[in-house]
Amino acid sequence: MSITLQHISKHFGAFSALDDINLDIPEGELVALLGPSGCGKTTLLRIIAGLEHADEGQVFLKGDDVTRKPVKNRQIGFVFQHYALFRHMTVFDNIAFGLRVKPRKERPSESQIREKVHALLNLVQLDWLHDRFPDQLSGGQRQRIALARALAVEPSVLLLDEPFGALDASVRKDLRLWLRHLHHELNVTSIFVTHDQEEAMEVASQIVVLNHGKIEQKGTPSEIYDHPGSDFVSRFIGQTNVFHLKQEDNAWLQTAGIALDDPQGIIVHVRPHHIAVEKAADPANAPVYLHDWQHLGGTIRLELNRPGVNGSAATLYAEMPNEQFKELALQKGDRVALKIKHAHWFN
Amino acid sequence: MSTTVVSQKAIAAPTRNLADPDWVRYTLVGATLAIIGLFLILPLATVLISAFAKGWTAYSSSLSHPDTLAAIRLTLLTALITVPLTTVFGVSAAWAIARFQFRGKSLLVTLIDLPFSVSPVIAGLIYVLIFGAQGWLGPWLSDHDIKIVFAVPGIILATLFVTFPFVARELIPLMQEIGHEEEEAALSLGASGLQTFFRITLPNIKWGLLYGVLLCNARAMGEFGAVSVVSGHIRGLTNTLPLHVEVSYNEYDFVGSFASASLLAALAIVTLVLKALLEWQQQGKH
Repeated sequence: MSITLQHISKHFGAFSALDDINLDIPEGELVALLGPSGCGKTTLLRIIAGLEHADEGQVFLKGDDVTRKPVKNRQIGFVFQHYALFRHMTVFDNIAFGLRVKPRKERPSESQIREKVHALLNLVQLDWLHDRFPDQLSGGQRQRIALARALAVEPSVLLLDEPFGALDASVRKDLRLWLRHLHHELNVTSIFVTHDQEEAMEVASQIVVLNHGKIEQKGTPSEIYDHPGSDFVSRFIGQTNVFHLKQEDNAWLQTAGIALDDPQGIIVHVRPHHIAVEKAADPANAPVYLHDWQHLGGTIRLELNRPGVNGSAATLYAEMPNEQFKELALQKGDRVALKIKHAHWFN
Repeated sequence: MSTTVVSQKAIAAPTRNLADPDWVRYTLVGATLAIIGLFLILPLATVLISAFAKGWTAYSSSLSHPDTLAAIRLTLLTALITVPLTTVFGVSAAWAIARFQFRGKSLLVTLIDLPFSVSPVIAGLIYVLIFGAQGWLGPWLSDHDIKIVFAVPGIILATLFVTFPFVARELIPLMQEIGHEEEEAALSLGASGLQTFFRITLPNIKWGLLYGVLLCNARAMGEFGAVSVVSGHIRGLTNTLPLHVEVSYNEYDFVGSFASASLLAALAIVTLVLKALLEWQQQGKH
């Protein structure tokens, strides 16, 4: 089901949590609402669900204005950050809940319910846990049961609030991919909230970056990464070097391929892997030197120092493949020549 | 590894070095037992001994006296009316306080505690001043032939006043701790407000609720001060069991007085046992 938000605003006292949000989410997408904590992403998710109401603006699900509809009539599945499993019910009863509270006319028979619950338990690969209580499950298991419970009512939209936030790093990695595959299988329009850009890049088909209650940028992971629309997005997604162009930087930036009289802007962002590093042919005229380096597995991160204002040193980061670094055979303190292959300009 | 060593030391230390000498332990335990025996067990035993001082027949005949039976009926009626009302009030108040943000919330929480801090006699007096013959509403009430003070409605109102914080006090912290998420989850799954309350909220708060109801019931049946002021002590009509104990005692009917008292003592013991069971049950949950 497609989701459309028009002019959504929400205030908590004097604090503006959301400010005129307009967003279109086509059917079948897996969208990440990404932003730092306090940016309004969870509030937006709860407004779509109907758990919270916007001060202004409208919510449309499949073209229907549901702004005034209560949550129970919106056909959404909501997975809470801390799962909110019913603690006094078994896993089976948790998943069956949504079916059992249906009005008598729509309610499936008890045998149909049993069939459906076991099918869902198989989908999340936890059928063997059906008679356990929530406090007997691990975090990852609770997460999957919460998802199965939300799916039981066949929602047309699935909303997940920080779905991996409370999990161990290793469990989180597995569940991310699992969620992505599950989405391919079910093809339910899904939105999840996260503050982790890596998670958003890995799982989502579309990313909406929020900051201070406003949408900074919306696009596919590669659009967001390769063409950040603002200073904030560029800093928030992935690693980046930020240069404020000043007269003092002129010398070395020009040698690196960037001219100060460039009309595009005064702030330059350069991703570490967009900086090519070589041994300086003329060490005497190369101001930048290798201060330290770290092993990141397939790549090496180089910590380069360049002389800054009044004799201070500023650090910039470059990355290159492991093999290339070995060939260069750089030592700490070696002078290097830089070539900036790609940069983003902001005002 | 280092952490285990540290924690073992931390556990071992108090038993070896900081433990009190034996004589301190025995003195303290002995003193506690003596005080409990002297001030709690002995009076309770006295109640039973005095109640049976003239034998089983005297005991049972004084309990089956019409005035005693009327007092028992009135006490049960009072509890039967006040406990459900207090329960409904307690659940609604706890719901409002735990779930909503509104102006004056902390004032409301303080006000709920008011009956705990006001002397019950004053509580009774308030009703006499409002509904009594010389009170604000007295003339209007007597014009319409409605009796509140020195009648059953007054007793129920006074009991309501003293018991109404019991359930709310139990539930407010409990519901704040449980939070709202499970209810939101139920709503998102299509449950109505009532379904959510009966299937999710109530099972989560049931032990705390029962605990509050139990204490409330004990107080409703045992309340003396507030009820004494509004009752008027009309035998067979406006005497509850605690008032009946006093009236009988003042008339030198010791067997009658202590026989009624033995019923209240039995109620206290049953309440204590149930309370212990509930606490044990709740501990098992955590």
